[in-house]
Amino acid sequence: MNEGLDKGREIFTEEANELLAELEISLLELEETPTDTELIGRVFRAMHTIKGSGAMFGFEDIAHFTHEVETAFDLVRTGNMLVTKELMNLTLRARDQIRAMLDGISVDEAISNEIIASLRALMNSSATSEQVEYEPQDHRAVGSQTGQESKDVDSDITTYRIRFKPHKELFLTGSNPLLMLGELSELGNCVVIAQTAAIPLLRELDPEMCFVSWDIVLTTCHGQNAIKDVFIFVQDICDLTIETIEADSNMQEEERHLKLGEILLSRGDVTIDELNKVLGKQRRVGEILVDAGLVKEEQIQAALVEQQHIKDVRQQRAKQESMASIRVPSEKLDGLVDLVGELVTVQARLTQTSVAFADPVLSVIAEEVERITWELRDRTMGIRMLPIGSTFSKFKRLVRDLSDELGKEIVMTTDGADTELDKTVIEKLNDPLVHIIRNSIDHGIESPEVRVQAGKPRHGTVHLIAGHSGANVLIQIQDDGAGLDKEAILNKAVKNGIITPDAELLEKEIFSLIFEPGFSTAKTVTSVSGRGVGMDVVKKNIAALRGTVDIKSKKGVGTTIALKLPLTLAIIDGLLVKVGEDYYVIPLSAVHECVELTANDIEKSHGRHISYVRGAIVPYIRLREQFLINAPVPEVEQIVITEAEDQRVGLVVDYVIGEHQTVIKSLGRMYKSVEGVSGATILGDGTVALIVDVPKIVSSVKLEGSEVAL
Amino acid sequence: MSKTIMTVDDSASIRQMVSFTLKGAGYTVVEAVDGKDALAKLKTNTVHMVITDLNMPNLDGIGLIRAVRAIPSFKFIPIVMLTTESQDTKKQEGKTAGATGWIVKPFKPEQLLTVVKKVLG
Repeated sequence: MNEGLDKGREIFTEEANELLAELEISLLELEETPTDTELIGRVFRAMHTIKGSGAMFGFEDIAHFTHEVETAFDLVRTGNMLVTKELMNLTLRARDQIRAMLDGISVDEAISNEIIASLRALMNSSATSEQVEYEPQDHRAVGSQTGQESKDVDSDITTYRIRFKPHKELFLTGSNPLLMLGELSELGNCVVIAQTAAIPLLRELDPEMCFVSWDIVLTTCHGQNAIKDVFIFVQDICDLTIETIEADSNMQEEERHLKLGEILLSRGDVTIDELNKVLGKQRRVGEILVDAGLVKEEQIQAALVEQQHIKDVRQQRAKQESMASIRVPSEKLDGLVDLVGELVTVQARLTQTSVAFADPVLSVIAEEVERITWELRDRTMGIRMLPIGSTFSKFKRLVRDLSDELGKEIVMTTDGADTELDKTVIEKLNDPLVHIIRNSIDHGIESPEVRVQAGKPRHGTVHLIAGHSGANVLIQIQDDGAGLDKEAILNKAVKNGIITPDAELLEKEIFSLIFEPGFSTAKTVTSVSGRGVGMDVVKKNIAALRGTVDIKSKKGVGTTIALKLPLTLAIIDGLLVKVGEDYYVIPLSAVHECVELTANDIEKSHGRHISYVRGAIVPYIRLREQFLINAPVPEVEQIVITEAEDQRVGLVVDYVIGEHQTVIKSLGRMYKSVEGVSGATILGDGTVALIVDVPKIVSSVKLEGSEVAL
Repeated sequence: MSKTIMTVDDSASIRQMVSFTLKGAGYTVVEAVDGKDALAKLKTNTVHMVITDLNMPNLDGIGLIRAVRAIPSFKFIPIVMLTTESQDTKKQEGKTAGATGWIVKPFKPEQLLTVVKKVLG
């Protein structure tokens, strides 16, 4: 903005000089024809512009001084003062004075004051000088008010009842009441009720007139002035009342009086059924009033909404007051989660056993246990959830220090800091995020000079966004830097022997090369990044969290790295399937739908592994081929349609059994290198089911390239 | 699509400042040097809002507001006038003529944007 201001000052100086030259000519002409209104107008406008623009570009002294001269000419213009020799002399001297101020020459204050004094004397001597305003009268300047608004914010939360009844002709000033209502809702918790009773019948309706009025209940920490500000432009063309319903400060919940019915109830004089029956007959006060024609239906609605709003506010307050927390060592929580995991497994066994016994008493108990276990599982997982914000704020410092070190100007902004993630995921996320942000700062964002040349703002921005996306959490790291250089990546990858020179890769595949071990494109190795470790660690760590990494980049515009992570690590919802004699679990978050694969379908696709799901072509992978299972194939197989790498891929299984609470157990050290399986779980009858790693399987098949016709 | 705002002012520096600020906030800006110029340019441009000075040669701000409001397609367009603190009567006149709002000079870029957001959304 400073640039703009400097440029503005330059233009202003130029313009003022022109105006002053013009002013001189006009003044001299005016001396000859003192009654020429056109000339007077021109002089006034020149003064006015110099004053207005001067103040805007920081020439306060000029603005102040010119104001006096302008005031004098305003009188002349309105015919309250005559053009005299004396006035001309003073004005010409004033002109020279302004000129001097403009050139930045040290100005003799005394002369300024003398000119002002003489002008004032002249004005006072003219007959009707009472119109003169020496001091600014209008303090309701929108500009200045909005600028200082934040200062008069009192922290007290107050609820207001606002009645906004625009005059019919509101629209004719180009005002939009919806924008005002929107502005109100930005101030705080706001409920708007439209009053439509005044709308005439359609044939009498003038669509250019406003017949609606609004009742608004607003709970805000901004003062009444902020509310008035919203309506400042329309205050003359509307009826506006703002009343305080309830102030927060030292407002005590009133002693609640017991209602008559409650007292009778507690004394045992009536039963609750009897009471309700009688009360049901009683008509509500609102209905009675409407019927009596005392109030309109909408007014009752508005009052009810107001009641509800206040109730909500009170409840919220009560909640805040009672909110207290206990600190618990995290091992205790981890222990609890383990136990819940065991419980879920045992519960599955119990359910299965109860089905086998077919005993109604037992199955009732089993169902009860199941319900409680699920609830317990959700609550326990909830306890482990932490907002990601604390991690974000750590990075602020990192960005600051790094950008200093590298001589770059970088701002970090965040969004969705209150997104909650499993504690362990957050902890393990720290390193990958550090690497990504470092890379963005070091490779991504250019030096200020380069940025300015490219027409970008001097300071680069790293934007961290977290948010939920189904059963996953999506974390994006965006920078507005140079973007990835496809050519450079390719060259480097060929040089380092990661790919062969004749490899033809999609944009996405090229970008994912930076996650390969031993890859680094930075021309100079800095202390921050560039040793080729880092990004491959990112991929490994995220994969360990059962997450995925995705890069989008546009050269010159910036790069976005998106991490998709499961909400929790310990227990997931899975789809239990059977292939041959073995059970497998497919994470439910990856499953789209299940369809049948008949012999007919296979025939139609001529040996290619392709199915048609409602007209769309979906390639599939046979799990029995992947896991080398030699069992007889059932007549009708099932395809579980999943999503991997933004693509729908089917997994063919023998039977789909159903949803399963999957407590994830790791496979142990020996099976660490097994691909396509991310863990195991124990079923109710003690059998082990493997958890299918869908993205891994899909990518491994893709690499083989033969089986899936993509 | 970014919205287009017309700034009408005989002072190049004010136009520059308004235009720079608005462009920085992503608006498209059409400049006009006085009321007459503005009316001519309104005919050929799609404009969503007008910011006008009041004191201008040829056709002043009040006249411009009246003329714009008389054009059916601009009957409900937001018009913001730039006034100075000493022009209370002018402001009143402008409101009567159909101005949506006003900004008191001198103003800061942020204040301009606040008002634009207020009436244009």
